[in-house]
Amino acid sequence: MSWSLVFHAIEQGLVFGLMALGVYITFQVLDFPDLSVDGSFPLGGAITAKIIFSGGHPLVAIFWAIIGGLLAGGLTAFFHTRLKFTNLLSGILTMTLLYSINLRIMGKSNIPLLGKITILDNIKSLFPSLTMDQLTPLLFLFIVLLVKSLLDYFLSTEIGMAIRATGDNEQMILSLGVDTKITKIIGLCLSNGLVALSGSLFAQYSGFADVGMGIGTIVAGLASVIIGRSIIKNGNIVWMTTSVIIGSIIYRATVMIALRYGYHFGFQPGDLKLISVVLVVIALTFPLVRGRVKAIVMSNDSSSSEKEQ
Amino acid sequence: MLRLRSVYKCFARGTSYEVNALTGINLKIAEGDFVTVIGSNGAGKSTLLNIISGTMLPDKGMIRIDHQDVTKKAEHCRAKYIGRVFQDPLMGTAPSMTIEENLVLSIKRYGRGLRLGLNNKRREFFRNKLAELELGLENMLSKKVALLSGGQRQALTILMATMFDPKLLLLDEHTASLDPGISKKIQTITQEIVKEKKLTTIMVTHNMQEALRLGKRTIMMDRGRIILDISGKERENVTIDYLLKQFAKLRKEEYIEDELVLA
Repeated sequence: MSWSLVFHAIEQGLVFGLMALGVYITFQVLDFPDLSVDGSFPLGGAITAKIIFSGGHPLVAIFWAIIGGLLAGGLTAFFHTRLKFTNLLSGILTMTLLYSINLRIMGKSNIPLLGKITILDNIKSLFPSLTMDQLTPLLFLFIVLLVKSLLDYFLSTEIGMAIRATGDNEQMILSLGVDTKITKIIGLCLSNGLVALSGSLFAQYSGFADVGMGIGTIVAGLASVIIGRSIIKNGNIVWMTTSVIIGSIIYRATVMIALRYGYHFGFQPGDLKLISVVLVVIALTFPLVRGRVKAIVMSNDSSSSEKEQ
Repeated sequence: MLRLRSVYKCFARGTSYEVNALTGINLKIAEGDFVTVIGSNGAGKSTLLNIISGTMLPDKGMIRIDHQDVTKKAEHCRAKYIGRVFQDPLMGTAPSMTIEENLVLSIKRYGRGLRLGLNNKRREFFRNKLAELELGLENMLSKKVALLSGGQRQALTILMATMFDPKLLLLDEHTASLDPGISKKIQTITQEIVKEKKLTTIMVTHNMQEALRLGKRTIMMDRGRIILDISGKERENVTIDYLLKQFAKLRKEEYIEDELVLA
């Protein structure tokens, strides 16, 4: 495995880590399986590409990408809390309608950003001594740590705790005077805002936005959350968000290894989504399988010891 | 303090499963009163508490708490008046959050902000409150609630329900699912807190002896109605036997009435 592969895995793991944090907020904190992220990730990319392509400043593009994500989350929350659709359907509706919105925003299915000024170029001009390969992971690390710290703080505030309690025991927090419709709205907006930010940075990093770039976002996000949580078991908020980011890096590394060396085993680039799902299934069943193996080993032990007697 | 006027609640109306859970409940409870509620399964006791807390809205009728009409108010809006402890110890606490975080959730009933939930002053306050329970919880502030026993969780729930000095405390068979030893301890804790804070309390129980021993007034419910309401001298002289006989008599009369109608 080459160093460039490791660096790319870390860079991508960090960029997608923001998306994984968003998925963590809905799936783990709110206990709300929100599929709208498959639409809000390319939404962030589409808004960013459109603005940068038209000559706008990258920071302005990032700002509007985040706003777009917040609105997308708000729409899912509206479907669920006001129109009383189930959480799954609400996400699917938003995800589907965002496909059309994204096409409208971009005006075509793909916008290349080659030769355009991105946030990476902006920061590069501030630190002329650094090469792009050094700067990119540092910048992403800085952004992820900043976002993670803000999220850690927010989830420890009174409102943040009410949001966590909403996913943990809704009846209880209702009886303690929290309107769970509002906590769900806040959680969904925040989550999709983060996912859109991730999409915005990914578009600038990879040099294009594509209307299909969101397919499977939810699976990648889930995989990161599950891998991270199975490595670090500490239930403290600071550790939980850390584990999600580490999970995201491990997931990206695994995907890259599969892509780079997979052709030895007959894999094609199109098999990527299949591999992602297999990874999620393995990560999810890992504790179960481990338990079974333990049980089998122990029963073998006891039966052999019985024979000895 | 609490006033219910001809409150009706029907489930699954118009189907063959139609249940008239509450049929014209009239109830007036004075400030500082402690009312125990008894009745067989399906009598409407839990529905009564759900209607008062706002978990369900009544079909008809009016509910007033502290001179405020709350008939149409959602549960979270009424929370500033009401503390509630459920029968299931799992229902009153958030399992994946720590003891101190659960307590943070209970100190405000509205106006939560972007201030950090925990600081040393609050921790110290929680530690003192938990020490009063004498269950050793004061040394487990940062432990997850999922790790506690049913009794410990219920004690924590009572503390959380009364943290904000509610106008009204609703106890729904809150010791029924605990083993006898801890159940007694939880009942003692409840009585101490109710006495100390002079809380207006409604306690649903299956235990008739407990219903007569605790509190100042006892209500018996049957098929969505209040069929007996005793307090003061009258209540002091009542025995469990009398209650059972009274209940059987009422049931029998109704049975005969039904017979006549059907004949």
